[in-house]
Amino acid sequence: MTIPISYYLILSGIVFLTGIVGVLIRRNIIAILLSVELMLNATNINFVAFSDYFRDLGGQVFVFFALTVAAAEVAVGLAIIIALHRSRSTINIEEFNLLKW
Amino acid sequence: MSQLIFAYFAGMIIAASILVVALKNPVYSALSLLVMFFHVAGLFVTLHAEFLAAVQIIVYAGAILVLYLFVVMILNVKQDDRYHNQWRIAGFVCIPLMMEAMVLLSGGAETRTAGSQTVLGPSAQAIAPDNTFAIGQTLFSTYLFPFEVASLVLLVAMIGAIVIAKREIGEPDDPSPMGQTKAVE
Repeated sequence: MTIPISYYLILSGIVFLTGIVGVLIRRNIIAILLSVELMLNATNINFVAFSDYFRDLGGQVFVFFALTVAAAEVAVGLAIIIALHRSRSTINIEEFNLLKW
Repeated sequence: MSQLIFAYFAGMIIAASILVVALKNPVYSALSLLVMFFHVAGLFVTLHAEFLAAVQIIVYAGAILVLYLFVVMILNVKQDDRYHNQWRIAGFVCIPLMMEAMVLLSGGAETRTAGSQTVLGPSAQAIAPDNTFAIGQTLFSTYLFPFEVASLVLLVAMIGAIVIAKREIGEPDDPSPMGQTKAVE
């Protein structure tokens, strides 16, 4: 209780920034998806911190929905990675320029 | 004391998330993400969200990360020696689990029984100290429609994953490696 809410905001901001940097600089698709997980967890920390701050359980319920979206994203993303690896036999992001114009 | 606990969890979360981005081998990245998930769960325990901490460990660390590791192992991204020094990771996982257990044993034991008492009683409208009970009440009353939509999202994701990752009917069962098909072509 003695921890101010701004500490949690700074923490989740740092984690979110780390995730963004990971998405931008990594070339491995799996590492990019892991960085997306980092960003989702940063928002989860924010939700739970505000839920405790305002004494409202809605924030914790929203973490459930974020978790659902994370699970769906992982399932579809990993399926795409497996399909890509089957057709191109690499997961380096530099090799995939099919959708680039 | 609580500031010390927060400093430990925050420092470990930041360090583990930087390691997720910085480490070259995706297996190590996934394992440091596991460490980060456990410490986020510990932070949830200090924020009075015990049920979410359990869900975080079960779903994130137990299901999502295992899926990641499966795919990394299946694709065989790197041939590095990746099985040594696992005791350090195990230690990082065990420390927050131990702290969560201490918190739950010190504060949560009698509230758990009190919550189960109020379930039986007629006056269940009062906000119970039991976190799981309160979340269930909120989830199935106020957020019932988003809950159903979330289940639909999961169903769509499951069907989509199966459709994307499956082989076609005419495709050979065990596809030959890439160099061999290139030689054939």
